[in-house]
Amino acid sequence: MIRHLVLDIDGQQHAIDADPEMPLLYALRDHLRLDNPRFGCGLGQCGACTVHVDGAPTRSCSLPVSAVGAARVTTLAGLGTPEHPHALQSAFIHEQATQCGYCLNGWMMTAAALLRDKPHATEADIRDGLSGVKCRCGSHLSILRAILRAAQA
Amino acid sequence: MGNISRRSLLASGGALVVAFTGQLPAAAQVTARTGPAPDELDSWLAIQQDGSVIAFFGKMDPGQGVDVAIRQIVADEIDVQVERVSIVMGDTARTVNQGGASGSTGVERGGITLRYAGAEARRVLLDLASERLGVAADALHVRDGVISVIAEPARQVSYAELIGNRHFDVPMQWNGIYGNRLVARGRAEPKRPGDYRVVGTSVPRTDIAENVFARHRFVTDIRLPGMLHARMIRPAVTGSVPTAVDEASVADIPGVHVVWKQGFLGVAAPREWDAIRAAGKLKVIWSQVTPPFPGNAALYDHMRAAKPIARHEPLKQGDADAAIAAAARVVEAEYEWPFQSHASMGPACAVVDAGSEAATLWTGTQKPHFAAAGVARILGLKRAQVRAIWVRGAGSYGRNDAGDAAMDAAVMSQALGAPVRVQYMRAEGTGWDPKGPASIHRARAGLDSDGKVVGYRFDSRGFSRTDINTTESDPAHSLAGQSMGMKLTPTQAFGIPTEPYQFPAQLRAWETIPALFDRASPLRSSHLRDPVGPQLGFASESFIDELAHAVGADAVAFRLKHLRDPRAIAAIRACADRFGWEPRIAASSRTPAAVATGRGFAYAQRGQTIVALAVEVEVNRTTGRVWPRRWTVAHDCGLVINPQGLRLCIEGNIVQGTSRALWEEVTFDPAMVTSLDWLGYPILDLTDVPGAIDIVLLDRPDLPPSGAGEGSIRPVAAAIGNAIFDATGVRQRRAPFTPERIKAAIG
Repeated sequence: MIRHLVLDIDGQQHAIDADPEMPLLYALRDHLRLDNPRFGCGLGQCGACTVHVDGAPTRSCSLPVSAVGAARVTTLAGLGTPEHPHALQSAFIHEQATQCGYCLNGWMMTAAALLRDKPHATEADIRDGLSGVKCRCGSHLSILRAILRAAQA
Repeated sequence: MGNISRRSLLASGGALVVAFTGQLPAAAQVTARTGPAPDELDSWLAIQQDGSVIAFFGKMDPGQGVDVAIRQIVADEIDVQVERVSIVMGDTARTVNQGGASGSTGVERGGITLRYAGAEARRVLLDLASERLGVAADALHVRDGVISVIAEPARQVSYAELIGNRHFDVPMQWNGIYGNRLVARGRAEPKRPGDYRVVGTSVPRTDIAENVFARHRFVTDIRLPGMLHARMIRPAVTGSVPTAVDEASVADIPGVHVVWKQGFLGVAAPREWDAIRAAGKLKVIWSQVTPPFPGNAALYDHMRAAKPIARHEPLKQGDADAAIAAAARVVEAEYEWPFQSHASMGPACAVVDAGSEAATLWTGTQKPHFAAAGVARILGLKRAQVRAIWVRGAGSYGRNDAGDAAMDAAVMSQALGAPVRVQYMRAEGTGWDPKGPASIHRARAGLDSDGKVVGYRFDSRGFSRTDINTTESDPAHSLAGQSMGMKLTPTQAFGIPTEPYQFPAQLRAWETIPALFDRASPLRSSHLRDPVGPQLGFASESFIDELAHAVGADAVAFRLKHLRDPRAIAAIRACADRFGWEPRIAASSRTPAAVATGRGFAYAQRGQTIVALAVEVEVNRTTGRVWPRRWTVAHDCGLVINPQGLRLCIEGNIVQGTSRALWEEVTFDPAMVTSLDWLGYPILDLTDVPGAIDIVLLDRPDLPPSGAGEGSIRPVAAAIGNAIFDATGVRQRRAPFTPERIKAAIG
């Protein structure tokens, strides 16, 4: 039942041999050591494992790796670099957003898709659009300020 | 002062200057040691070849910028730019045991010795420069790690030249106490606050940039060659243990191992997904036991009927009962607070590489030095044979599930003879973490005809806050130890409200009742952020509000009437002024609007830190939803080290406190905790987050810094409850204030 799969992640092809039912999260973290999608709940309830699959924010803990097919997977590492940062990356640094930071991947990946679709998102758009992402430290206000800053950049 | 040539090279000293690159050494390469000696300056600071400074800090930073504050303190004392000061935290081989994160003492206690060490290093360097330049030390000037002759500024020598990459070999005096209270100092006097240049400024954290660019490592990202992934298997009924385990049921999973010791049961495999599959697939027969719990619907009835096992009266002035009996008017009320979970964003993870002579633990715990001691004991090793390396985990807020994960990984690694990484599943992170204890608070006051309190009683009855201890140094206080037969040996502890109201006669007491189960219980208690503070603050500051209302007084004026402490009065006034608090009686301007608006006030004192809160809430009469729209916080924690870091820390307290007040309640049936994920244990989301938190920092450079990590969470629930009363005229005496409860109460 092990299958040979080729995944397109952040513009690179990666081959793995894995159980097709295994969630994408474990292909990224355990097989490929791409650690920024984080295990938070394994139930699609918190967002910490979010990646983009053909641009759509997707909870990688709940998507079988075989369902990815030839789709392009983007992780936080594919969002930008210190030399060419995404507006959200600059804004999170500016606002010193998040406390422990374990949730950060989920906020940034979900917000990146939201801002791509709604570049001038309002505070209400952001509150509604990201209500499914969790933060336990209570650093929501710094996150909200950062996303608003990116929306206005 | 000794000759430079005598000073040994740091490199020859071993551990001090080892670049922490994230490529972590395996246990075999690590020299087992108990860690640096507190009475040597070299244990606290090192000057590297290029003159940059490393501070060795025996606590850790959970994401509140404690490390930045320590770097600022050191930079000011030693006169080096803060960017040139780096920090090593929470590695037991490289830092002294300063107690880990505990009681908001990161800066308050942890900063003291680092400040002394910075001052002493500067003094030693001035002596060395004096010797080198042939000029008295008091004729020298230091700026950014360069010492120059005041009269001839061109004559100078740098820290790098004087001692770069060498030991100071200078003793410190220490008080002989490991942990939070440890203090070590040299001969030098630290600077006066007026001379600080970096302290008081908003130096940014460095870890956020690493995280946004996908370069930050959490403990979940540690991997070792030959490492196995493990998952634990917990009983469905508390107290049940495996009586038969069918290893053949998972034989088809590649490389799978089963570790079973009495109630301890785990599986491991080279691939993480295989470990998860094996945990789900393993056939286990469990012992039949009687479910031990009352069920959360009967919790408070159980608590009222239970026989107390400890009672303490920490504050007793005059005869409160007599004063109440003789008073013109008596007011009384009872308040209830449920079990709450740490529910960290990710369930705990730990990696242990256990050999017969040495072991290394990678852990996200708040207290790595104590965790190393605990792992040594469960492995049968000496303390000096175990090194713990702290790597940040998902938020902790006290003793969460990290300590249990460390013990589980240690047992698994020893049994399998391989490095083992244990990561819990969500149900363990929320269902099996040590809980904040449930409690009932009975408040009673007698008032005179002028509306002043003449007698006051505040009696708490709860489960102890320390069924298991908070330090993780004893396997008997872990799930692993208790699963293998060690009994729960709780310490009875609770607490009283600490606000210094000047009531002529008063009694503040607490009593504890027995834990609901005596071993490996998902309802065992341990410290959860501001241990028992939110429940005490909810009850005591709601009751003050009830008293003010009963005598027709404004809530702020009533508090001020009973306080003498000038800092408390200043904080309350600052908060009321900034909020725009107009005096009136609570609930006196209610309207029948579908969305009612109200305001609430509450105040707290935690150690030397004083917090006053005012909040405006919306209460939706149709849905029962409560939204704290606008907060004002006045915060006095002495000298402010980093204003932006402090503001963010306070925001975190207010928002997490709002979550605990509005949403959080551990549910359980007779067998087991039933709130196991984010649906069963909801926390607030972005739509619940306040519109604004306006923070007034009352900087007091004349006072030492006191903790800010917990004080401002304490009065949050009371402020919201008081505002709900103002909006609706209905008093909330049971937390959390869920939409269902609010609807039922005001409907």
